[in-house]
Amino acid sequence: MNWNLFNYPMNPPSASNFAAEHDALFYAIVGQALFFGLLTFALILWFAVKFKKGSKADRSSPQYENARMEFWWVLIPTLLGLATFFWSTKLFVDMRTPPKNAKEIFVVGKQWMWHVQHPDGVRENNTLHVPVDTDIKITMISQDVIHAFYIPAFRVQFMTVPGRYTQMWFRPTRVGKYHLFCNMYCGTQHSEMGGSVIVMSKRDYADWLAQHGQVRENLTAAQTGEKLFNKIGCGNCHGAQDLIPRGPSLRGLFGTTRETGDGRRWVADESYIRESIMRPAEKVTKGYGVTMPSYDKTFSEEDIMNLIAYIKAGAGQSIPTSTIAAAMPGIEVRDATGKAGLNSNEMQFKSERADATPTRRGKAPAVGALAVEKGDQQ
Amino acid sequence: MEHFHTNPELNYLTNGHSLRSWLLTEDHKRIAMLYLMSVTFFFFIGGLAAAGVRYELMSPAGNMMESETYNKLFTAHGTVMVFLFLLVAIPAVLGNFLLPLMIGARDLAFPRLNLLSWYLYMAAGTCITLAMLGGGADTGWTFYTPYSSMYSNSNVSLTLLGVFLGGFSSITTGMNFVVTTHKMRAPGMTWFRLPLFVWGHYATGVIMLLGTPVVAITLLCVIFERTFQLPIYSPELGGDPVLFQHMFWFYSHPAVYIMILPAFGVISEIMTAFSRKRVFGYHMIAFSSLAIAFLGFLVWGHHMFVSSQSMYQSVIFSLITFLLAVPSAIKVWNWTATMYKGNVVLSGPMIYGIGFQGLFLVGGLTGPFLASYGNDVHLSATYFVVAHFHYVMVGGSIMGFLAGLHFWWPKMTGRLYNDTIAKWNAMLVFVGFNLTFFPQFIVGWMGMPRRYHYYYFAPEFTPYHILSTMGSSILGIGFAVPAFYLIHSLFKGEKAGDNPWNAHGLEWNTSSPPPTENFRYKVIVTDDVYDYDPVAEHENDMLAAGGKA
Repeated sequence: MNWNLFNYPMNPPSASNFAAEHDALFYAIVGQALFFGLLTFALILWFAVKFKKGSKADRSSPQYENARMEFWWVLIPTLLGLATFFWSTKLFVDMRTPPKNAKEIFVVGKQWMWHVQHPDGVRENNTLHVPVDTDIKITMISQDVIHAFYIPAFRVQFMTVPGRYTQMWFRPTRVGKYHLFCNMYCGTQHSEMGGSVIVMSKRDYADWLAQHGQVRENLTAAQTGEKLFNKIGCGNCHGAQDLIPRGPSLRGLFGTTRETGDGRRWVADESYIRESIMRPAEKVTKGYGVTMPSYDKTFSEEDIMNLIAYIKAGAGQSIPTSTIAAAMPGIEVRDATGKAGLNSNEMQFKSERADATPTRRGKAPAVGALAVEKGDQQ
Repeated sequence: MEHFHTNPELNYLTNGHSLRSWLLTEDHKRIAMLYLMSVTFFFFIGGLAAAGVRYELMSPAGNMMESETYNKLFTAHGTVMVFLFLLVAIPAVLGNFLLPLMIGARDLAFPRLNLLSWYLYMAAGTCITLAMLGGGADTGWTFYTPYSSMYSNSNVSLTLLGVFLGGFSSITTGMNFVVTTHKMRAPGMTWFRLPLFVWGHYATGVIMLLGTPVVAITLLCVIFERTFQLPIYSPELGGDPVLFQHMFWFYSHPAVYIMILPAFGVISEIMTAFSRKRVFGYHMIAFSSLAIAFLGFLVWGHHMFVSSQSMYQSVIFSLITFLLAVPSAIKVWNWTATMYKGNVVLSGPMIYGIGFQGLFLVGGLTGPFLASYGNDVHLSATYFVVAHFHYVMVGGSIMGFLAGLHFWWPKMTGRLYNDTIAKWNAMLVFVGFNLTFFPQFIVGWMGMPRRYHYYYFAPEFTPYHILSTMGSSILGIGFAVPAFYLIHSLFKGEKAGDNPWNAHGLEWNTSSPPPTENFRYKVIVTDDVYDYDPVAEHENDMLAAGGKA
């Protein structure tokens, strides 16, 4: 279906599990639109010529109402619309339901860059490296205004909203380099808030993780969260057991159902934990008072993601390993000291590794410099 | 102006020449003329901004301006075109002028409110223009929070104040239409003898009344948050950023029906008048207007499929959006059936009307791509959306406005313009428009996000932008030409006479231009709406042709 008029591409590349079905639906609607559009406009032009004033066409017994005809041309578009609706609903529900065992990547959007954090601690800006044929779940949030994380080649996009986690998932199917855009107007450099998604073979991805893992402290997200947990002293109130009246234990908290004092129930998911850190007085667990201070201005979004990763991992005294990394083929588990235990052969990183950051801004500010950035903005 | 016996020599234009008689007039026809001048001015401003945007996008790295300027430019284009032109053009110019004439009334129900609505509109225009002159706003016409309320350092508040005032202008106009349609009809003018133009404006008035207050308070809240840090939308203060999108689109989706329903009314009139035949399925067209007005309030969530609203919410909104396509389809097919077995006169307004149908078909048929959210996840906020709503807004609303202006120009001014130039110009607009916006479907499908200043990292988008800019130059000429020949007709045009198109309807039964009190006799309606007789007309044509032979 690529009618190439000028020897220029007319389609986005198809590189994910959604692309095939998405394009099939798209071209099905193209067919519908062409059929009805051409039919109707041809009829209009034909009648305009055939029944031109003074032409010799038959004009006997004109009709001004015809209930049967009207009924049909209400029914047919309604049925076609409903068929399209059900098909697109199936696709949409697929897109919005991440598989259980997907590899999770965190993304923070901020003016005007994407900050990406892989579960084993590797971080990158404006570039997203993903392994091919792997389910990837992106959990994202914005640091300031609304952005939208948009990868045309994968046919996925979702907004990143400040103060709320959003998620999307995909499974890349073709190795290559694709556009990454911000698709929600977010200020001056909106058009340059983007970069590349680089899909690599699993082997290359493992090598890439190994090389980039050296860039920063070699800690998994959960381990970074643990450090922060201890530094702030969360454990003073959230200990190994529930400390009434100070605070409930966070061990094994993730995914359980929590009850507040007034009997409402909540599942302790990412958003619940984030809210409990930022605004602890909102949903106070039954049996406790409002004693916890708000950490709204203390933590960056990245800090909170790390804390959540720690709580997810059980909030025990030490994190064994990143379970997600363990599930990645070709990657050995790291030990608790954080040393990467990757396959020892030093394979050269083969995939194209251009730093695809398109901005002209030079170096992006460090993540810790957010407060300063905000001060500049206001 | 309560005297019912003006000099028969005088019409509404010649009845008083002082500036005061224009600026303090309560005559709906003069107010329509005031509106016509002001919307034309703002259309020119918005068009200049659009030209700037298009020429800047010709090259991937831009070469005329900085990103900040570009952002302010497309914001100016959107704000001016939506709030100062599209929402106002057909209802306030043609609707104000024709609604009382069509139902046999002397004036609208609230003439002074009508004058107030123009002053409010001018205040809105002044605020938005001042904001632009003082550096402009850079939020896009949708003013999404928290960018607009906490982050933007531009003249957002003044622009929002302008939009807020424009909302009151819209409310008064809508109330006038609703009350006038209910209470001011001449004896014998039953609901099903109303021209479809009136039905369209009645539905529009209902939307204006119910929707506009919501957007007014929404935008006022943005001003409050910007000014007093009231926690409404910004999560930093404890607000909800997506709340703004819900409240904004609750009005702004129905708003697109404020722009297109009056155009439907105009096209219904033109199709029936130039087919010399009663419109096909009168009741269906009338009720489909009301159905659109009702359903239009239930689909705002289709602007937010990727904005963190729940999946189940999206399901409902997608379903209702598909249902909404049906009444629009009914209208187009009814117009097509109207031409069948008619005596089609291909005059200037009719060519504009046929052009409208071609463009509105494309605009309408690209709706399902976006209504099916499986596709919308990819297409949302790309140039595909830009192309879709320009086909509906420009191809629908502006083509409808031009068609209506050409159709009723002889009635408004008493002069005939050059019909041949009008026909060719209609085709020029049609061609230029398609060349401008069709490439944008392709580039949007390829993934070009809207509101992008640079795309040097994606050079494959370039040829489509070049095509689009070429088309926009043609389109600009097509929009400029009518100004010349219409103004020329004011001074040199032939006298039009009461009914130059030989059309059926109360507005054609009074003189052109109409007198201040609209009718010099007591109006009593006895005949049916669109009482044409295509068979008899055709026989007469044949006889005339036979007589010549």
